[in-house]
Amino acid sequence: MSYEQLLQYVFSGITNGSIYAITGIGFNIIYNTTGIINFAQGEFLMLGGMTSITFSRYFPLPIAVALAVIVTAIVGALIDFLVIRNLKKQSILFMIIVTIGLSILLQEAALHIWDEKVRSLPFFTGDEISSINIFGAYISPQVLWVVLICSIIVAVLTVFFKYTATGRSMRACSSNVIAARLCGINSKNMITLSFTLSAAIGALAGAVVSPITQTQYDCGTSLAIKGFAVAILGGLGNSIGAVAGGIVIGLLESLSISILPLAYKDAVSISILLLILFVKPSGLFGKKEISALKDF
Amino acid sequence: MNKKKYYPLFGLMAFIILFQLFSSFSGKEFLLIQLTMCAYYSMVIIALCTLMGYAGQISLGHAAFFAIGGYTTAVLTTLNLIPDKDNFFISLFNSLGFLSLRVNPYGIEILHFSPWIALVVAVVITYVISFIIGIPILKLKGHYLAMATLGFGTIIYRVLLGGKIFGEADGISDIPEFNIFNLLKINGDNADRIENYYAAWFIVVISMLLLINLIHSRVGRALRSLHGNEHAANSIGVNPARYKLFVFTLSAVMAAVGGVFMTHFSGSIGPGEAGVLKSVRYVAIVAVGGMANIWGALIMGIILNYLSLRGYLGSYDEAIFGVILVLIMLFTPDGIFKAGNFGSIKNFIFSKIFKKA
Repeated sequence: MSYEQLLQYVFSGITNGSIYAITGIGFNIIYNTTGIINFAQGEFLMLGGMTSITFSRYFPLPIAVALAVIVTAIVGALIDFLVIRNLKKQSILFMIIVTIGLSILLQEAALHIWDEKVRSLPFFTGDEISSINIFGAYISPQVLWVVLICSIIVAVLTVFFKYTATGRSMRACSSNVIAARLCGINSKNMITLSFTLSAAIGALAGAVVSPITQTQYDCGTSLAIKGFAVAILGGLGNSIGAVAGGIVIGLLESLSISILPLAYKDAVSISILLLILFVKPSGLFGKKEISALKDF
Repeated sequence: MNKKKYYPLFGLMAFIILFQLFSSFSGKEFLLIQLTMCAYYSMVIIALCTLMGYAGQISLGHAAFFAIGGYTTAVLTTLNLIPDKDNFFISLFNSLGFLSLRVNPYGIEILHFSPWIALVVAVVITYVISFIIGIPILKLKGHYLAMATLGFGTIIYRVLLGGKIFGEADGISDIPEFNIFNLLKINGDNADRIENYYAAWFIVVISMLLLINLIHSRVGRALRSLHGNEHAANSIGVNPARYKLFVFTLSAVMAAVGGVFMTHFSGSIGPGEAGVLKSVRYVAIVAVGGMANIWGALIMGIILNYLSLRGYLGSYDEAIFGVILVLIMLFTPDGIFKAGNFGSIKNFIFSKIFKKA
């Protein structure tokens, strides 16, 4: 493999990695507040992509994306208001089943609202053939957008969860709901907020990756599995870890293409997920002391 | 000895026979085809119910085991061994009676493994895979377990979709019939559909009998104690890892057996059988039936699969399963056969009647 070829693989790995990372972050927000995994996270991305494509017919791109983020955030809030809040049994098994049900519902709703056609947003800058030459390898400007938005989201979220009162209350709900309530935190509202926030971030992610991955009604599931792999790899709840995990998985995936047929690309990244789960479920950056307290 | 637990089994047999008589007399025997398919899918459902409801271990990859069984027999009974006829192993297999010869519609001779061998190999392969994957996977809990099984299912789906030997996206078709001692042929022929219907339900009844006995045995109580509290179960001498692995492999093998017969019945199999949505559908049916309620799961499995296979659900097929999942979790998380449900419906109806009267 020549130097340029290797570099090209690395760049395509980073491209996929940042897409996975931006998906994985959405899982972290709800996990940080509720301690559950939202299996419908991938559908937020799909909804964000679909609505922004529809809005972009009538509005300029930035407004279309903003509207898509708002619409999806409302959907996220509604999901909590109508379903999660009213669950009689809040055990993990039931939460998993109900979010899976929601994910199917959102998918089928999208199939009936739009159709099964593959769509995509226009590229934010340039078009599909424009590329930037870095050290002899080529990269699409849209990738830079993904990386930029991904880093902004990570930075804002890190500050939000660490330094603001709301962010801290959200994390408190995750560690111990009863203790958080005793401290005067309205845990139910925090969960609604976390669903709204993760839907909004999912929608933003879905819009920004749409020109590269393209959007279809069922594109959410595969993205969600990758996003979850990335979130686990970086340690659940850790956004910076998710980015690192995303790049690791992206790189391994794109390097695997040079050895295995393309059809097995997904199998490679999911095998990595399984391996991580078996060997070190706390993730690459999870601390031993913290993971000893958790139930995997 | 308490025989009460077997009573529903007679109900099931009565239903099977009555349905057959009804369809034969009304000249609608074609209805039996979908019900035969329901029977094979029910194998996955009751197996998953034992794993999920009684032992409390979610599996979002059970369709994969069904597909492993189906694809194993599909590959073994369509692989033409004629070019390697003189190979030492092939001729050894042939003299042992492991192979059978048939002529396909184009007049080409095909020497392939007999379905019996394929069934045995499918069971062994499924057992080995579920054993190997079960040891690490069952250490996980909650959404880690859910995601790991989902990941396993996705890997199998991808391998089936990408593998040349598995026919890629087209799957495998032209699968020969499964001839059981010349008495019975598992195939999709219209002439044999009543035999096939009874054969399928015979397998289900036997499996139900096994599972009912299992659930009411020492092992069954151990499994339920695991569901309740693993640490407590461990402290009174139930080895969680051993029991979980046992029920996982058992339910995987049962699903695979369903897959093997289903493949011979329909004559073809595609990668969609291993898809995530299939797995989710099985979980949905078990949840609707009420998790730890093997009869509830079976009844809902028959109803929902039948409606779906007959095409009554139309383009809302998947959506209905999503709606069911959400509604059940919202209103009656213990399934619609929960004791209180029918009572409250009855009370509701009675109160309406008496108000009017």
